[in-house]
Amino acid sequence: MKVRSTRKPSTAPGVIGRRVSRLEGIEKVTGRALYSADVRLKGQLYARVLRSALPHARIRRITTARAEALPGVRVVLSCENAPDIPWYEESRLFDSTVRFAGEEVVAVAADTDDIAQDALRLIDVEYEALPFSCGFDGQVEEPSVQTRGDVERGARAAEVIIDQSYSTPTALHNCMEPHGCTADWNDGALTLYESTQGVFAVRSEVAGKLGLPEQQVRVIAHHVGGGFGSKQTAWKHAVIAALLSRRAGRPVQLMLDREAENLATGNRNATRQQVRLGARRDGTLAFIEARILIDAGAYLAGGEASEVSGIYHTLYRCPNVRTEQRAVRTNAGPAIAFRAPGYVEGAFALESAMDELARALGVDAVDLRLRNYASDDQDKQKPYSSPDSLRRCYAAVTEAFGWKTHRRRDAEKGSKRRGIGFAAHVWPGGAGFPPATACVRLDASGLAHVITGTQDIGTGTRTGLAQIAAEALGFPLERIVFHLGETADAPYAPTSAGSATQATLGPAVQAAAADARRGLLAAAEPLLGEAAGDVLVRDGALLVASKSGKTVPVQDVCEAASAQAIEGRGERGPNPKDRAVRTFGAQCVELEVDIETGDIEIVRVLASHDCGRLVNPMLVDSQVIGGVTQGIGFALSEARRVDARSGTVLNANLEEYKLPTIADVPPIVNAQPDLPDYVANDTGAKGIGEPPIIPTAPAIANALFDAAGVRLRDLPLTRRRLIEALAAQQGDGD
Amino acid sequence: MHVTLSINGADRTLDLEPRRTLLDVVRDNLGLTGAKKACDMGACGACTVMVDGRAMYACLLLAVDCTGREIVTIEGLGSQGEADELQRAFLEADAFQCGFCTPGQIMSLRALLDRVPQPSDEQIMQALSGNLCRCGAYRHILRAARMAAGREHAGPVPAQ
Repeated sequence: MKVRSTRKPSTAPGVIGRRVSRLEGIEKVTGRALYSADVRLKGQLYARVLRSALPHARIRRITTARAEALPGVRVVLSCENAPDIPWYEESRLFDSTVRFAGEEVVAVAADTDDIAQDALRLIDVEYEALPFSCGFDGQVEEPSVQTRGDVERGARAAEVIIDQSYSTPTALHNCMEPHGCTADWNDGALTLYESTQGVFAVRSEVAGKLGLPEQQVRVIAHHVGGGFGSKQTAWKHAVIAALLSRRAGRPVQLMLDREAENLATGNRNATRQQVRLGARRDGTLAFIEARILIDAGAYLAGGEASEVSGIYHTLYRCPNVRTEQRAVRTNAGPAIAFRAPGYVEGAFALESAMDELARALGVDAVDLRLRNYASDDQDKQKPYSSPDSLRRCYAAVTEAFGWKTHRRRDAEKGSKRRGIGFAAHVWPGGAGFPPATACVRLDASGLAHVITGTQDIGTGTRTGLAQIAAEALGFPLERIVFHLGETADAPYAPTSAGSATQATLGPAVQAAAADARRGLLAAAEPLLGEAAGDVLVRDGALLVASKSGKTVPVQDVCEAASAQAIEGRGERGPNPKDRAVRTFGAQCVELEVDIETGDIEIVRVLASHDCGRLVNPMLVDSQVIGGVTQGIGFALSEARRVDARSGTVLNANLEEYKLPTIADVPPIVNAQPDLPDYVANDTGAKGIGEPPIIPTAPAIANALFDAAGVRLRDLPLTRRRLIEALAAQQGDGD
Repeated sequence: MHVTLSINGADRTLDLEPRRTLLDVVRDNLGLTGAKKACDMGACGACTVMVDGRAMYACLLLAVDCTGREIVTIEGLGSQGEADELQRAFLEADAFQCGFCTPGQIMSLRALLDRVPQPSDEQIMQALSGNLCRCGAYRHILRAARMAAGREHAGPVPAQ
């Protein structure tokens, strides 16, 4: 039976809202959690991929004889012997033309990883180098233009105008677990242990590439070592591993090394943004205009689009908005969604420009934003499902930070200067991507198995959804067994992207649990001899109770019903048609800068983000703190460097691509309002995965201006850029 | 060549190529996959194990150089599959998300706590400065370390 939940949210203290530790935590802290590279199948081979050293070249000849002769080498695959499988627009799985340094050229499967690496060194590839482009020098594609109102009319009405250009770098996801898989092709069917954000997406894409029916591909991802967007599609390695396994007749493990991870599995596209915005003297925005270039790389890899223009249209009330976004094609690895794609880049420019506008007008940065508050999606002309939540975030974060009462000079000594900064965001994710289905099955021992086809990429999906199921069943959390990360026998669930998982699966799980509960009550009737009314815990025993007070243990009911197991199904219905479901947030940063050395130290970050009802406040804290931490890296240290002369990436590793360390991260406090959004869906919860990274970089840049009096409009905010800006400022003063 | 390694209190004799790293040996020869290969060049700390009580990057050690030394991997902590107090603190503080760097973080801290049972924040940060966490769980890892040192308890962090 398929039903939608009609159960109203419970206000009684239950499982929802508790700071529950992760269900799979014990596996992770003991090292028992198995990731793709931990799979050990009988007779398993190890594969490595030789990648192009040149950014653009035609392959003249590949000589693999010496590699093939090496003892232990089982299969060598290249454009000379691989099946012709289309990939990336007009390209192929193994193409005879390579378009970025790091593109796949030859794959080797061998008895050990050492032998596979030795084999790569014995392969000769003769290239004919072709001209290449990097940075923003490539071919510029047709723009995507979005217009509301008339920006020229708005500009004539504006009394103060900010006109500046901003840039953001190419950032690398650097999930700690690189992409990779173990492929086992057996009897015409493929099992793929893949590190992915979407087991169903990978199944569909890989089956399509290999010409297999989807039912013959099984994808498994029980634990995933980070996602952040780059694991939302099937990349070439999955199909290569499958082909190697088919030819070898043995399972093949193909894990990318860190360099390959950073060259060939996506990145956050660099942007250049020319922003013009203006306001009347009272601070009312008259117009916003942005001309945006993004470095899309050599290929379009699919997945969520990087819509840099989106935030310009939606964060503030403004009648006249025009954005123009163009992709530039360069000979570098393809871009792919990276945590709040587009909005992170757009927010840096827009929220820096708003800070500049506030200073030009002489008004407080938060007051300026309140004056231009948007409570509806102005392009779609729909009210937000939670129209006041951004205002509530402003209030919560500024109060917790002490924004109004802050006295920044207090802590300054010598060459140290302190400053504070603010930035806000809207995000179209968090609403959920219907459809999805969940199943709840009670076994003979009285355990409730929640069966879904989703995956937990580290966000706590198992735990948050199990809390929903427990509450709807009336069971303690310990009685829930959560199943995910498998396509076989699991109902469909979408990719974990767009901060969507909790909001997509939650209502389906809640409905399935309510359905199973009805089945349990019905099955209890013959044992009770009268109608069952409730599920309750008494003296540690889980019981079904009748209205007159008779009870029977849940376990007895389940055992009696074991022949036709009690099962409930639930579907995620569509999102509301007449409301725009969005998530919002704001952050305040305090930092200290040394104007002699250019050292920037973040002192503290306060964040407040709307994710609807807080199912598990501890997991929400972790998402917020983690997002801010990544935001600090994006603001201060992260940038892929491409050598313009060779077209190769200089820092495709964790030594020179600078991620934040524990020493770089200050106290981060999540001042989280609980803002249940039952218009969005009947669990009241929305997603929180992506939003916390969005406002961090502009809040830091705004605090840096407040502290040092110089405006850096290019990320990352490096010491060199700061020193140069301070020197230029001093020069102007002389 | 034949080498005998002491891993988690037991001697293991293996036939190894001299070039094989300790990380590859524990993961592939011994099937102890808790230590992770994330960079394979000593830049991230996901492979951290204890060697004679010190936290070391297993990807930078040749296994043949580890004879006669006491090697402890994440699988050697706790007893009979039960978590030790540091591992429990990680659970209570939610000191991880994806969990991939977690064994390395725990081994770095275990080595510190064995030497300095009540470390300062500065000592904790120094001990962990070679362990990257891309999910950004650092603040909760710091909390877990303080909890294991008896300085902090579970529960929400006050806003100020």
